[in-house]
Amino acid sequence: MVNRQPVIAVIGAGIAGLEAARQLAALGYKPVLIEKSGTTGGHVAQWNRLFPDMTPAADVIEPLRAQTAGIKTLLGTEISAINRLKDEYNIVLSDGSSLLCQAVLFATGFRLFDASKKEEYGYGIYDHVITNRDLERWFNTREDRRIQQPKAVGFVHCVGSRDLKAGNTQCSKVCCITAIKQAIEMKEEFPDAEVYCFYMDLRLFGKKYEDFYIKAQRDHGIHFIRGRVSEVGEAIDGRVVVKAEDTLSGRPVKVTLDLLVLMAGILCNPDALRYARDTGVAVDDDGFLKSRDNLAAITESSRPGIFFAGACTGAKTVPETLAEARSAALAIHQYFSNRA
Amino acid sequence: MIYQGKQKIWADYQKEIPDDHWFYVRSCIRQNFFPASEKYFLKICRDLLGRDIYESEHHTTCAGIAYHCDTIPQETAMTVVARQFALMTEAGYDNLVTSCITSFGNYTEILETWREFPELEAKIREHLWKACRREFNKPKYVAHASDLVYKLRGEIAERAKYHLVSRATGEPLRIVEHIGCHYSKMFPHKGVGGAEYPCVLSGMAESWGGQIIDYPERRHCCGFGFRQYFVQANRGYSVSNTHKKFESMEPFHPDAIITNCPGCPYFLDRWQYVIAEQTGKTYGRNGYGIPVLTYEELAGLVLGVDPWDLGLQVHQVAVEPLLDKIGIPYDPARKYLGMNEKEIMKPGLPSVLKCC
Repeated sequence: MVNRQPVIAVIGAGIAGLEAARQLAALGYKPVLIEKSGTTGGHVAQWNRLFPDMTPAADVIEPLRAQTAGIKTLLGTEISAINRLKDEYNIVLSDGSSLLCQAVLFATGFRLFDASKKEEYGYGIYDHVITNRDLERWFNTREDRRIQQPKAVGFVHCVGSRDLKAGNTQCSKVCCITAIKQAIEMKEEFPDAEVYCFYMDLRLFGKKYEDFYIKAQRDHGIHFIRGRVSEVGEAIDGRVVVKAEDTLSGRPVKVTLDLLVLMAGILCNPDALRYARDTGVAVDDDGFLKSRDNLAAITESSRPGIFFAGACTGAKTVPETLAEARSAALAIHQYFSNRA
Repeated sequence: MIYQGKQKIWADYQKEIPDDHWFYVRSCIRQNFFPASEKYFLKICRDLLGRDIYESEHHTTCAGIAYHCDTIPQETAMTVVARQFALMTEAGYDNLVTSCITSFGNYTEILETWREFPELEAKIREHLWKACRREFNKPKYVAHASDLVYKLRGEIAERAKYHLVSRATGEPLRIVEHIGCHYSKMFPHKGVGGAEYPCVLSGMAESWGGQIIDYPERRHCCGFGFRQYFVQANRGYSVSNTHKKFESMEPFHPDAIITNCPGCPYFLDRWQYVIAEQTGKTYGRNGYGIPVLTYEELAGLVLGVDPWDLGLQVHQVAVEPLLDKIGIPYDPARKYLGMNEKEIMKPGLPSVLKCC
């Protein structure tokens, strides 16, 4: 007989945490969601539409929220420490209370690379340089004084990813397709604008991604320039002057833009690294949490009772994250089944 | 422009600059181009501000130019530099301050290389001992002379007779700053303010009343670029780089350019004449060029040194419009008098670029 009464702490109420909690509840468990911010949904809840079908992010988030409404959720709650006991974990919370649990699921997600660290791109220095997150926020709110009927827009791929100098050599996986999505959206919003994507590789591995890329070129006339941006400056009228190399034509290019969007890469959430230290979970060479097996047990850690879902083990798309969350729930169920 | 963003970056790139006791190494070429800059660095630091700056007549080139032109291997340059360190050690100093940007880059690169590869340092110590029986301590601090003037900029401002302000309008002068590539592009943390938004020169200009212009080609090479100029066939690249910078800064109407490299002020100054001859275009007002000054010259002007004692008459671009703007007095009749008050010969006048 499987014990369905253990306490399962799910750290993070983004889509990974919500989906895993939903599945655990469906299996008869009583998970507890712990969320640092004041709301559920994580990064995806701040996004407007999702690739490749331009699905409203709310269409993913709202059903998840509705289906997890009955699950105990501690919002605005930070974790001060996690103490490893013999067969359990004691989670000390920011309100002074503690939660004794028999399993912990890390659904801690990611942190976007701080684009101001790529000083040559001028984020935080030049008025018309923004990030992918800023643009998505504008799609949601239409409030950003930096976006004023742009006639020329540029997207810089791989900002803080695949970049040794930035301290992150990993591909952030979703930036290429996000840039194409946002480029199309800007073109739809401002049909007369010229839109440029500066890339070093286009990694369009997912379902319908290649079609999306072709559509961006064929139907929207978006210019794809293979070459990294070397530096950004500000013209006297406040527009940004972007210098890059077009490595296909072997020539330098310089364009003056009304808006430059930096596709900030994905890093492991530093909170997750702290929890990993507390619990003795290993961190992999790529800076993300280390799974017990990167092929066969991606949702399992090397510590009994600690599991992973979503971007804590690496950059992931929405469907990958949801699938992994379901897998993690089953792995937890299996863990308790084996102990029964 | 978000000024606070720059301040945030500057806060990350502050280097420790000791206040006193420096062993000074001159540049190979600056005394030819800007004859009084090094002299006034010493006069300001020693005589005016009371700092201990020592120099040795045994100092030689750092071999940086030969190294960057690929005419000698780095180990040779390292051995030459090791000898300079030996001179510093023998004189009882720990802090090395260089006049030349390429020297600063060379010393920094060598120290960083030795830090990574200590066996190479041991080898160079052996070379130096075999060559001249000298030993050395590595400097505790290496600074460029502009770092030191940056550190002392407040003391200079306190003693300023003139400010970088238009006498006619009361508005701050619009200053373009241009740092040498070897200052912080190789090692951003070794330069005040880093590589992308350095504040070593902008800090001086702002302290003395000026306003810094951030124009799109601010980071672009001055046009020197060793192989662009030293290889005669490439000199077109040199002037075209300088041309690109002037075209980019033109809409901002700069009043002056301040530099900290031996090559940059030379090329930014002299190529204005060439560009004017080639294209008929000048970048200052009324047919003049934009005056290009070393930071020592600018400090000297602010402190009230006679412009001709600072050697400003050997500049290609006339500095008189700038002096008039600030209200600095000068005697046109003394412009081409040497130290002994005898004529040093007047240059021929260009056909396009207006000179006084």
